[in-house]
Amino acid sequence: MDQFLQLTVTGLTNGAIYALVAVGFVLIYKASDVINFAQGEFLLVGAYVAAFLIGDLGLVWPIGAVLTVIIAAAMGVVIERLVLRPLIGEPIISVIMVTIGLASLLRALVLGIWGTKPKVFPAFFPKNEVYIFNAVVTTEKLGAIAVAGVFLLIFTLFFRYTREGIAMRAVADDQQAALSMGISVKRIFAMAWSISAITAAIAGVVVANTLEVSGNLSAIGLTVFPVVILGGLDSIPGALIGAAIIGLLEAYTGGYVGDGSLSQVIPYIVLVFILMVRPYGLFGKEIIERV
Amino acid sequence: MLVLNNVEVIYDHVILVLKGMSLQVEEGQIVALLGSNGAGKSTTLKAISGLLKPEDGEVTDGEILFQGEPIHVLDAEDIVQRGIFQVMEGRRVFEHLTVEENLHAGAYTRKDRRHIADDIEMVYRYFPRLKERRTQTAGYLSGGEQQMLAIGRSLMARPKLMMLDEPSLGLAPLLVREIFHIVQRINQEQGVTVLLVEQNANIALQIADYAYIMENGRIVLDGDPATLRDNADVREFYLGLTEVGQRKSYRDVKHYKRRKRWLS
Ligand SMILES: Nc1ncnc2c1ncn2[C@@H]1O[C@H](COP(=O)(O)OP(=O)(O)OP(=O)(O)O)[C@@H](O)[C@H]1O
Ligand SMILES: [Mg+2]
Repeated sequence: MDQFLQLTVTGLTNGAIYALVAVGFVLIYKASDVINFAQGEFLLVGAYVAAFLIGDLGLVWPIGAVLTVIIAAAMGVVIERLVLRPLIGEPIISVIMVTIGLASLLRALVLGIWGTKPKVFPAFFPKNEVYIFNAVVTTEKLGAIAVAGVFLLIFTLFFRYTREGIAMRAVADDQQAALSMGISVKRIFAMAWSISAITAAIAGVVVANTLEVSGNLSAIGLTVFPVVILGGLDSIPGALIGAAIIGLLEAYTGGYVGDGSLSQVIPYIVLVFILMVRPYGLFGKEIIERV
Repeated sequence: MLVLNNVEVIYDHVILVLKGMSLQVEEGQIVALLGSNGAGKSTTLKAISGLLKPEDGEVTDGEILFQGEPIHVLDAEDIVQRGIFQVMEGRRVFEHLTVEENLHAGAYTRKDRRHIADDIEMVYRYFPRLKERRTQTAGYLSGGEQQMLAIGRSLMARPKLMMLDEPSLGLAPLLVREIFHIVQRINQEQGVTVLLVEQNANIALQIADYAYIMENGRIVLDGDPATLRDNADVREFYLGLTEVGQRKSYRDVKHYKRRKRWLS
């Protein structure tokens, strides 16, 4: 029972991080049909920038974190502007190839600037241990879950209630109709990329706080694929639930089966089974058919 | 208020669709633009509202003036800001948004955001059925309700000129009557000028102050509804009344492959 609780918390911590990265991924896909293979590198950039600002420059962490988010947002806009916008109207496969190239580029930039040696990040969540029933859980993990939870809630409210949030969903539904409302589709695309970079950067900061900062972090971008395919590529609630499922599965197989490599394969096996039953993922957008 | 002078529109750099299209809409009027399938009615509206770009269409000659200023060089967003709102053919509601979210989307360009809530109530007064379904997903509304939503959504932008593209498409006659009546009320009560594209000439001529008939990319006939109704060709081809009084009908729905090109 204790082990179960501990594994659950670990699973949810990882799930929270996956969720942040996955939400960004879904956002870009929903708005512009682009599959962004550089999502993991967005996280990498976030983690390194935060480590640089807070660890190397010694900024207090709230300022460092806010600056990281601002830098990430700017990076999203610049990438959309310089890399993606010129490709609008080109076959989707070319756009996907470009995001793969973008991933290598960002990675090379980060490692070029900050070197390949792992950086240690000054933790800002206290590493205390607390007891939930009888299980020992570290507060940094609870902190990670809380941070992710707060941001995911903010994004949910944003999409439901704000002018720009509704406009983004409108563009996802019908671009030409959105244009006829006077919604600037270009602006919405730029926003999708910057919000996406922000969520990934927040994930990066949270990860940096629990793990050391190294080039390996971008591997999280790969785990996001089973997450979003499981949840449905265009569903934000789906991304959250997919993230929780994959995070938990990894933790349980790691804990009970005790085989590290198996825990990395399990998500994909589950994915295959779920897709056999629900080809659009658990929450993929229903195609509304009615005339 | 709106003037088209010899407008020429070309799709994909080669397909010439509007060939010297001219028309005028006076402030406060309901003007009908009639014509059969493929005449270029929708193209005319898209040329005015700046929605040609995503379909790779272009105004290559002539001019479009709104309140005296050329607008054929502007982006769709700017044109909406200036007060022209097109309700596209086929309703095009945002299917995964609720009724109320659709209305909010229509208000996107509004600067006076404090009044949006009042205007949502105004839309519900015109279309009480939408109020009952306010939290429902728009994709599951009936065709008639979706058309009401599309018109209500356009009201949210507080346009000066509302352009309706075949609002009667696929609706039962009774419902068409109801919707046209509401359009007439909107025109009178809100002072919104209306440019109405229709194939259903009969009903359009009932509410219009002036009408144009187009064929093959240009206007072939215009006049007030009474004059047009007396014209023998109009009776035969657009009202579906032959001298014996039989009815003809034609209707089919078409889809063009729409290319996402409006950002280039
Ligand atoms: N995106 C496009 N690319 C190429 N040709 C087009 C495009 N859209 C319309 N056309 C052509 O332009 C002509 C006029 O089309 P338009 O949609 O304006 O007609 P319409 O009068 O609205 O017809 P309907 O009553 O059937 O809606 C048609 O011959 C059509 O094939
Ligand atoms: Mg048409």
